[in-house]
Amino acid sequence: MAATNIEVWQDATVVRTVVVAKDIVRIELEPELPARAEPGSHIDLLVTMAGQQAKRSYSVVESSQDGSRLVISVLRAPLSRGGSIFMHGLEAGRRLRITQPLQNFPLRVGAGKYILLAGGVGITAILNMAAVLKRLKADYVVVYAGRSRSAMAYLELLQREHGQRLEVHVDDEGTSLKVPELLARADEHTELYMCGPIRLMDAVRREWIERELEFSSLRYETFGNSGWYDPEEFIVRVPKLDLEVTVPPGRSMLEALEDAGAEMMFDCRKGECGLCEVRITELSGRIDHRDVFYSERQKRQSTKMNCCVSRAVTSPTGARADARAGAGPAVVVIEPN
Amino acid sequence: MTTTASSSTTTAKILGHPLNAWYVAAWDHEVTRTPMSRRIANRPVALYRTEEGKAVALADSCWHRLAPLSLGKTVGKDGIQCPYHGIVYNSAGRCVSMPAQETINPSATVPSFPVIERYRFIWIWMGDPTQADPALVPDMGQMDSDEWAGDGQTIHAECNYQLILDNLMDLTHEEFVHSSSIGQEELSESEFITTREGNRVTVTRWMLDIDAPPFWRKNMRDKFPGFEGKVDRWQIIHFEAPSTIRIDVGVAKAGTGAPEGDRSQGVNGYVMNTITPETDRSSHYFWAFMRNYRLESQLITTQLRDGVHGVFGEDERMLKAQQEAIDANPDYEFYNLNIDSGGMWVRRILESMLEAEDRLHTSA
Repeated sequence: MAATNIEVWQDATVVRTVVVAKDIVRIELEPELPARAEPGSHIDLLVTMAGQQAKRSYSVVESSQDGSRLVISVLRAPLSRGGSIFMHGLEAGRRLRITQPLQNFPLRVGAGKYILLAGGVGITAILNMAAVLKRLKADYVVVYAGRSRSAMAYLELLQREHGQRLEVHVDDEGTSLKVPELLARADEHTELYMCGPIRLMDAVRREWIERELEFSSLRYETFGNSGWYDPEEFIVRVPKLDLEVTVPPGRSMLEALEDAGAEMMFDCRKGECGLCEVRITELSGRIDHRDVFYSERQKRQSTKMNCCVSRAVTSPTGARADARAGAGPAVVVIEPN
Repeated sequence: MTTTASSSTTTAKILGHPLNAWYVAAWDHEVTRTPMSRRIANRPVALYRTEEGKAVALADSCWHRLAPLSLGKTVGKDGIQCPYHGIVYNSAGRCVSMPAQETINPSATVPSFPVIERYRFIWIWMGDPTQADPALVPDMGQMDSDEWAGDGQTIHAECNYQLILDNLMDLTHEEFVHSSSIGQEELSESEFITTREGNRVTVTRWMLDIDAPPFWRKNMRDKFPGFEGKVDRWQIIHFEAPSTIRIDVGVAKAGTGAPEGDRSQGVNGYVMNTITPETDRSSHYFWAFMRNYRLESQLITTQLRDGVHGVFGEDERMLKAQQEAIDANPDYEFYNLNIDSGGMWVRRILESMLEAEDRLHTSA
């Protein structure tokens, strides 16, 4: 039947895990209630960090026809929110709570031309789409960018499956992706599907708009797990609630506020819906907007932020190297909704 | 691999419908710039045309609060606007405008179904879109051929679609249900031959040297004014999965060679039927009667359409009563007769399609 996004939570067993690239582990799961995974789908699962549970989303990289086996791949990111460290500790036989495959990133059949763009571990969302487009004999190209080959999962598989249709860009080989050159090849019949770090996605989005391409033909998925800057510890003050909270690098501002007892409004928790928006009344430092809800203009203005994914950093330029010696953590004073 | 009796659903009283198949969503003239709603295979679908005239089918429920898009209006080149909060989707089902924010939530989409316009119908594919091959649209070539003329209608049939297929695959019922128009006792007395090839089933029946029933006597006289005498009558039922049945029907002056292929001394029609499941217990039944003689006569087109409408009204009442009886007698089974061979092959084919979708035991 048609994809539903009503979450069906269930147990899943880890069947096996194997490292497929530097810091990337491939995890094969056997769900209790198998359901077919369409290309572009993901599962949500519960990770445990310091005794607390949190929900994380991972793209379904591969799945058996009937959905009885699902494969996800997880990048160990010590500076992110901490779920990946839990995931890297999983061993065969371990039970997890997961949802059935959910679909927010559907591949549309019938476009004239496709560009599938993956940055780093973002390849996990793209792999299945590439396989379907190949089967449909569509006009497509897979563009895969990464820092170094050793950190790029599934390269051999992609080369084997897609040959000339695969383009690889590797920073440490001097062949970095040039977004304007890539988008010069897009036209009104092109659909671009992308998944990768927010810097890459922002650059593509900006170029796409500049070129006046059809905005609804730019498709992307973000799980709100990357920013412009490395996460730092920062302080949030909520005068209305008489609250001061320290947000550690591995925890989101929303989680830290909830931990402190604030009743917060939220929904998607990945920077899409805008419901967790808070108003910024004072700021020492800079906001690292990690959401896709605000426009560029709104992000520059920085009078509001989506606290589920966005953070504050110390240096006014954002880069830690630019911070004044001895400068304390950033402080953001907010009024919650 | 053995088949066990318990796994067979060949006589399931409520048969599920394959999703990986083309079904007719609407007549071409029904779909316009004003959106319409139709439930197809248990899902509400909004149908409209783009400014360029291309038919579009979207799930009839806004991503946001599930209001029916079909109550909204078409906007721009190919968009439709939700009547509640004004969210606009394009023909691919992607949100292109959202109220009170500067960006668009990338998850905001509604399912868009592949559609093809062919044979005067808008066909829709409700299953896996990556398998929606246009070559799989069932052949209804007589609908828009220069050599055929005619028209049809839609019946909203209050029964599972399979009951209609059963009805059309065995025309013995004409003797009893349609006694005043096309029925005659030779129908149940004559032999028939059933053949199956892939996803097609054919049932052929010839009745030689018989009196023409009223419907056919009138048709003969349209072509051969004042015709009297015996006829050779044929009914050749062509099924193509999942639910299209064309019936090659006609009569010719007896003994003039029609069984051998010379139909010049007769009249020939094609009863075009294609059934779209609406729910498990209701169906959209699209039909037309096409003929290959007196193509110029709108009078005959109208007379045939109205005549067949009357005949099919008799089927409609029977099918509704049958469905009610099925539902009122949950403990009773179907039994099969020799006359059901065509319908049983149809069930066998549908069963294998459902099996391929892994839905044989879960659907309906």
